[in-house]
Amino acid sequence: MGNRSVIPFGPQHPVLPEPIHIDLVVEDEKVVEAVPSIGFIHRGLESLAGKRDFNQLVYVAERTCGICSFQHGMGYCEAVEHIFGVEVPKRAKYLRTIWAELARMHSHLLWLGLLADGFGYENLFYQCWRIRERILDLHELTAGGRLIFSVNKVGGVLKDIPEDKLKEILRTLDEVDDELRVIRSVFFEDRSVISRLKGVGVLTKEQVNELGAVGPFARASGVRVDMRTLGYAAYPELSFAPIVSNDGDSYARCFIRMMELFQSIKLIREAIGKIPAEKELEVPIKGNPDGEYFMRVEQPRGEAFYYVKGSGKPFLERMRIRTPTFANIPALCEMLKNADLADVGLLVLTIDPCISCTER
Amino acid sequence: MEQINIPEDVLEKTEVSDLLKRALELKKAGFRFSQAHASYIDEKFELSYSFSNYDNYGLHTLRIVIDPETEVPSITEIIPAAVFYENEMKELYGVKISMISVDYNNRLYRIRQETPMGPKKTGGEE
Repeated sequence: MGNRSVIPFGPQHPVLPEPIHIDLVVEDEKVVEAVPSIGFIHRGLESLAGKRDFNQLVYVAERTCGICSFQHGMGYCEAVEHIFGVEVPKRAKYLRTIWAELARMHSHLLWLGLLADGFGYENLFYQCWRIRERILDLHELTAGGRLIFSVNKVGGVLKDIPEDKLKEILRTLDEVDDELRVIRSVFFEDRSVISRLKGVGVLTKEQVNELGAVGPFARASGVRVDMRTLGYAAYPELSFAPIVSNDGDSYARCFIRMMELFQSIKLIREAIGKIPAEKELEVPIKGNPDGEYFMRVEQPRGEAFYYVKGSGKPFLERMRIRTPTFANIPALCEMLKNADLADVGLLVLTIDPCISCTER
Repeated sequence: MEQINIPEDVLEKTEVSDLLKRALELKKAGFRFSQAHASYIDEKFELSYSFSNYDNYGLHTLRIVIDPETEVPSITEIIPAAVFYENEMKELYGVKISMISVDYNNRLYRIRQETPMGPKKTGGEE
């Protein structure tokens, strides 16, 4: 046995924009154990369920995270709508799908940039974030906000995307598609990228299932789970199948997210092609929620889980948000075992950690 | 879209004494652990343990309703992924959970207030 010592990783670390701490037990330069600590910025958003009425909680849910804000708002609204037993107008469903996929694109591009920066490829980082800016411009054009959209409400959406703006989305996505093909070739073919990612941080399908991992992190290990299959929003009417890899390494996680960018473009194009020309964007909601519902949606980082329970009063009895990063940390710690100390920063990045989500 | 017959969600009420047995049975039946949470409603804890099916996305939730003083066994020996969930239930609500495989002893979250979402303590400091 080599020299065993404990090295603290985080809560402040160059690869971490948000605080998480991991005690790394190392033997020489090999990690043998990883013990995580979270909770540095726990905000107690769930406890607001008893202090804000169910309509106001849409804005609370959206502020769970600055990156997947839209999906948080949508997931919460869909849960409450199930309790009311209402179906939102079709155009609202399509609008939700378009915004959700745009949000996925900006999140994946953000992650690809951070990953490139993590393995020292700064030019690639700039390119990813430059393209991401174009998606953020589309957010601003259609919703008014670049990160927090505030377009969801229980029963539908608050804003429409008019025809000229839908055309602008299509035009921008055509250009983004071309630009993504250039950076895809770098991520998939560049020797230095491959040497930093291929065969690093391998998790098997069995390990991922045992440890409850979700999202692209799980799909990279062959787990065919994508909550869009459940058929919320307009996904049942679009051509969609989860993208899966069986390699289970860091390269596969990068592959999944890169291919999901193209899948999002395809879904947005299809949704814009099929969006019905109706005026109604919401259904009236009468009364207060009475009942409970478990809602699952696929955020950029994986399955997010919303539990809502009401008792016929404006204030909910319980709002529960289980975020994907919260589910992915146990598998991350398993992945860190036997890793080289030098790879730890990169491996933490490969789960696309979102600590503000986790610390809801 | 890919066609899968997704079954209706199942909410199964069970007892504390059957929790480990049912968790193990669901795991063996091809369910993966999805989440667990506590609620404090009408002076009782409602604990929900959700599992989703690998193949058809079916959601099966085990629900136990207990008095705040009742001790619940940890499922982490069967479901290692439940560690954070159980620590959270213990820390935010004050659910008495025994034998969590990694027990953070109320230090998972750096919060000043003890069990902020659980029963309000009377006669003492918060």
